[in-house]
Amino acid sequence: MFGQLIVSGLAVGACYALLAIAMVIIYKTSEVLNFAQGEMAMVSTFVAFTMLDAYHVPFPWAAALTFLFAIFLGIFFEIVFLRQAKDPTVIGLIIITLGFEMVLMGFAGWKWGPDQRSFPFPISNIETYNIGGLLISKINFWTILITLVLMFILFLFFRYTKLGIAMRATQQNQLAARVMGIRTKWILSFTWAISSIVGAVAGMLIAALGVLDPPMMMDPLLKGFASGVLGGMTSLPGTAVGGAMLGIIENLFGGYVSLAFKSVVAFIIIILMLCIRPSGLLARHYVKKV
Amino acid sequence: MDIKRNYYEDIELFKSNTILVWSILFLIFLGILPWLIQKYHLLGMSIYIVNLITIHAIVAIGLNILVGYTGQISMGHAGFFALGAFTTVILILRWSFPLWVALPIAGFVSSAFGFILGLPALRLKGPYLAIATLGFGMTITTIIKHMEFFGGRMGLQAPRLYLFGTPMKDIHYYYVIMIIAVLMTIGAVKLIKTRVGRAFIAIRDSDIAAEAMGVNLTYYKTLAFAVSAFYTGIAGGLYAFILGFINPESFHLIMSITFLAMVVIGGLGSIMGSIAGAALMTFLDIKLQAIQDIPAIGPALVTFSQKYMSISGISNVAVIVYGLIMILIVLFEPLGIFGFWIRTKRYWKTWPF
Repeated sequence: MFGQLIVSGLAVGACYALLAIAMVIIYKTSEVLNFAQGEMAMVSTFVAFTMLDAYHVPFPWAAALTFLFAIFLGIFFEIVFLRQAKDPTVIGLIIITLGFEMVLMGFAGWKWGPDQRSFPFPISNIETYNIGGLLISKINFWTILITLVLMFILFLFFRYTKLGIAMRATQQNQLAARVMGIRTKWILSFTWAISSIVGAVAGMLIAALGVLDPPMMMDPLLKGFASGVLGGMTSLPGTAVGGAMLGIIENLFGGYVSLAFKSVVAFIIIILMLCIRPSGLLARHYVKKV
Repeated sequence: MDIKRNYYEDIELFKSNTILVWSILFLIFLGILPWLIQKYHLLGMSIYIVNLITIHAIVAIGLNILVGYTGQISMGHAGFFALGAFTTVILILRWSFPLWVALPIAGFVSSAFGFILGLPALRLKGPYLAIATLGFGMTITTIIKHMEFFGGRMGLQAPRLYLFGTPMKDIHYYYVIMIIAVLMTIGAVKLIKTRVGRAFIAIRDSDIAAEAMGVNLTYYKTLAFAVSAFYTGIAGGLYAFILGFINPESFHLIMSITFLAMVVIGGLGSIMGSIAGAALMTFLDIKLQAIQDIPAIGPALVTFSQKYMSISGISNVAVIVYGLIMILIVLFEPLGIFGFWIRTKRYWKTWPF
């Protein structure tokens, strides 16, 4: 029971972590809290679903095309809406992403209707692996594996590629990065593209674990925020750990204490965390000068 | 001509006789509005829609005190709204309080929770505050949903209220709501002009500078949350009776976003703007929900939906329009309807030039 709860919590937590990482990548670069992240992932997942279901595209191709779509969506939002804002305030930026969230949600509801569908993921969510007496459903196992691989790729990308280093430079100091010859505007668009892809992976995994319908990302998005806060919104490893912790804590709470109040745990964690240690688990604390 | 010679002139409600006359005319207009609506059906309005607009205006004013004047974002106002609604209904249902006692109690319960939320808000800024308030709102609705005391998932039926022995109808509620709304609007205008309001504005412009000037941040920030929650709680209590039925599912995240949208679209830091924003958004919302009935656009959309989209989700067009308005307002008119109004006024004042 305990092991099972931990593993399934870890799988859910992996999805939260992916969503949170997508948000943190953007937050670090442009200080925008992207409330549209969940809906961007949801629309991408619906695109994948349409290709799989209506056009019978094989899964790898569908996934690749979905990633292309996600790149397009992210860059589109950055260039068409966010970039147009002239010295925006924090509230203004939040409102823009909220507006985009509503546009996407309305679009998905209009195009695909309110029905719940099951996402035809190639890995079954009924069959299980038996690892050392612990029954792990295949989908949970693969979710955790895919997340770990993706995180590793992101780590390599940010650490060793030229583009990744340019992105980190932009995150640290936009002006200095520009002086060094980095095209920061391109980097911004590119950040949105990467974040959108990570989000799309999270969306497909969440749809595979549960069901696919327009409001499906509401809850995971909030949990993603919670994971981000646990990690301090600035540190990618912290966010990953935060997501995993949140998934496990939530699942244990649901298993042992009360299933009904399971989703409240995340918010209590957020508020406590923000009160006690606002800079997060692993992030360094920067004091802002006036 | 516009020089103020002392402080009392600045906090005066009616700065000149012209404004006084216009205010009285406006009050008379509000008084006969139900009659006008019943007679002429302006824009397909009904008293129900006007009631809804008025309630949303109260929320928008409350939220504007927090977001527009104090500069603290809140995405959890649906939580306060729910608190107000459930407290009022439960007080009247279980302990048969009269409305005029239950409503203020609901306001104070809600503002007590506002105070609690204000405490973590002392340390948080911008995006973090948005997340914390969002979590708070969701927590309140989740707790209400899972407690039998609040009627659980099914919600509660609002009791029927009687006025001199006859059951109250929309038109009676109209006068109750309108009187409360007018009083609360005047209260808000006054509040902003006094010491408290100035402290709020100082905090918005720079909280560190405000603290250096002797503004007690702890006191005023929590006060802003409490006042804002009070307004929202009262509006929630009234909302329960307009709808006649409340269930926790309806106080979701989208509702909080809608409130925020009303404030931003109306204009941050403007009471009149909040009212305009609430009116515009509520009206659009109700009209766009039944978009297929709008002449010309409706049938075209239906054929378009049948061809490319799904017909069952056509009401989602309202959500798209809503979202687009939010984005466009921030991009092109950051001060909202109020900013537009100021620009028009200035244009006419200096017209030939």
